[in-house]
Amino acid sequence: MHSWFQGKGDQRGSWVMSEEVDVLYERLDKDTRSAGYHLNPDVNFTKALVKSLITNEKRYGYQACPCRLATGKKSDDIDIICPCDYRDPDLNEYGACYCGLYVSQEVIDGKKELGSIPERRSTKERRDKMVKKKTGNVALSKPVWRCKVCGYLCARDEPPEICPICKVKKDRFELFMQ
Amino acid sequence: MIKTVYVKGKNKGKILLYALSTCVWCKMTKEFLDKLGVEYSFIYVDLLEDKGQDKVTKDIKKWNPMCSFPTMVINDKKCIVGFKEKEIKEALGL
Repeated sequence: MHSWFQGKGDQRGSWVMSEEVDVLYERLDKDTRSAGYHLNPDVNFTKALVKSLITNEKRYGYQACPCRLATGKKSDDIDIICPCDYRDPDLNEYGACYCGLYVSQEVIDGKKELGSIPERRSTKERRDKMVKKKTGNVALSKPVWRCKVCGYLCARDEPPEICPICKVKKDRFELFMQ
Repeated sequence: MIKTVYVKGKNKGKILLYALSTCVWCKMTKEFLDKLGVEYSFIYVDLLEDKGQDKVTKDIKKWNPMCSFPTMVINDKKCIVGFKEKEIKEALGL
């Protein structure tokens, strides 16, 4: 955990101003629309989550999922930095991400109702055990990188700084084929 | 130190809610308990010091191995994971 908040347990809930929430909300709303995703249309609900994202940004240095317990160690929390690695499968199966920040078109159209959904992320013990799948010995002219959030693939020496589809950062890419 | 907050209300059994201060489903569960007017205690696990957090997450995993939130333990017997109004009401006999 970061040392700067150790010993200040009750200060972990940093103060967030409503202007900060509005700014991030507008930005997220614009970015998600352009990428073909949807924020939850319940603005009060969504702004409460946006506020929590800012709280976590201040607390951990990154926007850890508000509905999961982050460790404060980025390498352990990388899969739950919003948007998390589980958003898209949850959108497909339940019509919403774990928090309910992102929803599917079906939910927007009122064809599907929102509720509390089960946790898809496995326990730390299991995640640690998971052996990385080895790719076959295919001779490619360039390695292929995969965005773990949205599945975007690109063949280039390094992943892009920002995923052009879902806008997550470079560290969310994995080597898919080599 | 593990900070547990007690909320006054009708005694419908021992209710302990493990929650995150940032989680909206946890907030809705708390508001639901408030609306029911029952007595309960809650712990904001994300606000605990590292040591307290380790201890509490171990306790939670006994009930809910995924250690997800909200996790509610009723009378040290029943565990409800997630915001489930119907299940909560049934478990409390309301």
